[in-house]
Amino acid sequence: MATRILTLIAFLLALALTPLPAVAQEDFAAQINALGPGSFADRTKAMDVLVATGDERVPPVLQALSDGNLYIRESDGKVVIASKAAGGLQLTDPVDGADLGVLPSGELEKIKTNNGLRGKIRTAIGKLTLLSPDQPTRLSAAQSVLKNADPAMLELLDQAISAEADPGIKSTMQMARALIVLKTDAALEDKRAAVDLVVAQNNRAAQTVLRNTLDTAPDELKPTIAAGIDSIGRTLAVWDVGQNLLYGISLSSVLLLAAIGLAITFGVMGVINMAHGEMVMLGAYTTYVTQLVIQSVAPGLMEYSLAFAVPAAFLITALVGIGIERGIIRWLYGRPLETLLATWGLSLVLQQLVRTIFGPTNKLVQPPQWMSGTFELWNLSFTWNRLWIIVFAIAVFIALQIILNRTPLGLQMRAVTQNRRMASAMGIRTPFVDAMTFGLGSGIAGMAGVALSQIDNVSPNLGQGYIIDSFMVVVFGGVGNLWGTLIGAVSLGVANKFLEPYAGAVLAKIAILILIILFIQRRPRGLFALKGRAIES
Amino acid sequence: MTGLNRMMAGIGLGVAMTAGALAPLTAYAQDTIKVGVLHSLSGTMAISETTLKDTMLFLIDEQNKKGGVLGKQLEAVVVDPASDWPLFAEKARELIAVNGVAAVFGCWTSSSRKSVLPVFKELNSILFYPVQYEGEESEKNVIYTGAAPNQQAIPAVDYLMSEEGGSVKRWVLEATDYVYPRTTNKILEQYLKDKGVAPEDIKINYTPFGFADWQTEVAAIKEFGSAGKKTAVVSTINGDANVPFYKELGNQGISAEDIPVVAFSVGEEELAGMDTSALVGHLAAWNYFQSVENEANAEFIKNWHAYIGNDKRTTNDPMEAAYLGFQLWVQAVEKAGTTDTDAVLKAIVGLEVPNLTGGTAKVLPNHHLTKPVLIGEIQADGQFETVWQTEGDVPGDAWSDVLPEDKGIEADWTDPLTGCGRLNTATNTCEVAATAM
Repeated sequence: MATRILTLIAFLLALALTPLPAVAQEDFAAQINALGPGSFADRTKAMDVLVATGDERVPPVLQALSDGNLYIRESDGKVVIASKAAGGLQLTDPVDGADLGVLPSGELEKIKTNNGLRGKIRTAIGKLTLLSPDQPTRLSAAQSVLKNADPAMLELLDQAISAEADPGIKSTMQMARALIVLKTDAALEDKRAAVDLVVAQNNRAAQTVLRNTLDTAPDELKPTIAAGIDSIGRTLAVWDVGQNLLYGISLSSVLLLAAIGLAITFGVMGVINMAHGEMVMLGAYTTYVTQLVIQSVAPGLMEYSLAFAVPAAFLITALVGIGIERGIIRWLYGRPLETLLATWGLSLVLQQLVRTIFGPTNKLVQPPQWMSGTFELWNLSFTWNRLWIIVFAIAVFIALQIILNRTPLGLQMRAVTQNRRMASAMGIRTPFVDAMTFGLGSGIAGMAGVALSQIDNVSPNLGQGYIIDSFMVVVFGGVGNLWGTLIGAVSLGVANKFLEPYAGAVLAKIAILILIILFIQRRPRGLFALKGRAIES
Repeated sequence: MTGLNRMMAGIGLGVAMTAGALAPLTAYAQDTIKVGVLHSLSGTMAISETTLKDTMLFLIDEQNKKGGVLGKQLEAVVVDPASDWPLFAEKARELIAVNGVAAVFGCWTSSSRKSVLPVFKELNSILFYPVQYEGEESEKNVIYTGAAPNQQAIPAVDYLMSEEGGSVKRWVLEATDYVYPRTTNKILEQYLKDKGVAPEDIKINYTPFGFADWQTEVAAIKEFGSAGKKTAVVSTINGDANVPFYKELGNQGISAEDIPVVAFSVGEEELAGMDTSALVGHLAAWNYFQSVENEANAEFIKNWHAYIGNDKRTTNDPMEAAYLGFQLWVQAVEKAGTTDTDAVLKAIVGLEVPNLTGGTAKVLPNHHLTKPVLIGEIQADGQFETVWQTEGDVPGDAWSDVLPEDKGIEADWTDPLTGCGRLNTATNTCEVAATAM
């Protein structure tokens, strides 16, 4: 990708700019070498000199500097472009593109950059790529021009706007143009037109542009600009409600995933399982191990590693769950306090076991490309990983409904929970069903772990953060009812996200807890209480 | 994962702890000096503190190879306070009273330090505390080898205000809700206001421990940063909450060139659990980075890798602080000729050892050290690249001069018996410090 862009840049420069008189080879080499020594300020100066030459060889050098691929050869102080190769770094001459062989990294010194310098490089490259045929390159060029609004860019910008076909990029360019016009001493009418254009955009970027120009604008325009900021602010306030709703749904999906396994073990079976969080944690570690295996066996499948991790996590945690049920919990049915203590102890043992095997530090789970980044829709923005987690949560919920309502195992589970002795009398092997039910609940917790590994730490403490929330959701929604768990998760998530901007995260959490306590006082069985004689007894 | 032995030892440790009685690891021997190691090996803080336990064992091992101290071998006594603050006090008492250790190296959180303080005072022993903290404390029995606020937070803010750092005008102080961020933010807010930052350009936000859903907060930072002035985030987010925070930052596309985040609690260890490619350019302020090029540091890293048997293990700032504390203690004991607490405390003030970044760590009368302050940018390989550092070493200030109530307050333990932890230089009286918990 990078090389493609670089080729494009080179091609474009050759095309778009009038060929400048070729700088003497030695001069250019000296200008490039000036990037090496000295402070960041010296480097900035050297960069300005290079950009001023307009030479087509400059953008690749700047890009390499920004990416940290520009080095000084210690033997003679020459600045070179390097890429990783066997036995050290493969060097390329930035002046004539010649291959300079491979050197061990000890004989090279990396040229340092900082945020300021990288910002300037982005601007410089942006200027040089505003007419690129490649759409993303043009968009980022337009954005960088908008960010620093250099009056010298006006002419080139006009040219780019008239050639632009993509409406999104065009509006960014027009905004940049308006901002530049407002900065220069253009005629009042031009400025008024520019303000109107920006106000008409009616989004957050436009508001930022207006705020930036408020101080320097001529007095006649100030009321218009202030009014524009206000009116955009009102529009954005409406969008904010939608944005909060999205955040709330996203939090709900996480809560639902974490709680739904518990809705089976606690809600359906009545086992207070304090080790539920550790099942989630085991699921996350399974993801980590799956990625390790895929990395070493078939690196090409890394993008799809989560597709392997989901069934693996389900199987492993389901087996662990069955083991726990057969080994510990089945001796404690009907003794909730002992179950609570035993599973609590078990959760500590599992945490320490994972800590001993994998070490106490966080593990890195690679996010796949398709789950990274943000997408924007109107004035809403949302990250891809959150969207996929929502989809995953819904899929898990539907699958669970099907298992419980449409399969023989589901039928037996419901029968055993409603009336164990009757079910037993009808020939259902209740111990087997108990083990399967607990395994199902644990397996679902494991799948939740795969999703959580994308947004949270993969550390032995992962589960602890979710256990309280999970119980809250299940109790609030109504024990023994999956729909209750869904509604409980959604209402808690959305309420939390609506409170957060006003009350702050700490107070929002406290407020939610108080609300739940009050609610449980009124309706001890939660939102959707099961009814029937078996429940009352 | 570095071998079966360590795993077996770990399992053994786990079993011993489950049984509830972790006996001192080594048997009683005649001619040894015992050193206590008080770091959590289980519970939430194990993620950070386990490494320091390993570091202490490594340092003691190295010292024993050189012939020990005062001609005697050192013997580490390791206990596990399990991230439980009251248990820290119990374990500290066990180390000093039952095992008779000469000094204790330990604690991470301020809560744990506050918990063991009364024990160290009562039994008159020495604690070497290796972590950057909020200041506002100076005790006879504690040597603070990590940074005070003026050795980390204030220089970091100065850097961001400078032209090189981006001339930041608007500040978000994003923090976890407990004592260290609260105190640090109090100092920073006052400092920023003194520098002429308008109150509406400062936004302080607290989140609970282990906070995982950062969507709203990161969106709020984005919005706060769109007001037209250069904005930066000063993060005192602690522990596990950092990973989801940085993941959200990366995903929402906040680049370091637009809104840099400078963190005081994120080091090489924390970055090891993250994909840092989206975080390049975000900053951290410490007194040490693994990437610092220096002979002493290269030697330290080489020996550490050899000891731990894994050349992927990172080093970090608290490890250097533990290293400095240990070297200072060894020197002080050699100088005093005894491990007696008061003699060692008298000997240690004014001692100097070279640090790992090319400077000198000197014990000041207020029991803090001189340290260089380094600002590093996160790189794609999970290391930091130093982009700025103070000229020379900064002396640690126990009582921040930024806070009006602490102006003119010093601490002086030159003589451990008559010293004072909160000396009002205006009235020349020793005040009783209000213990902020």
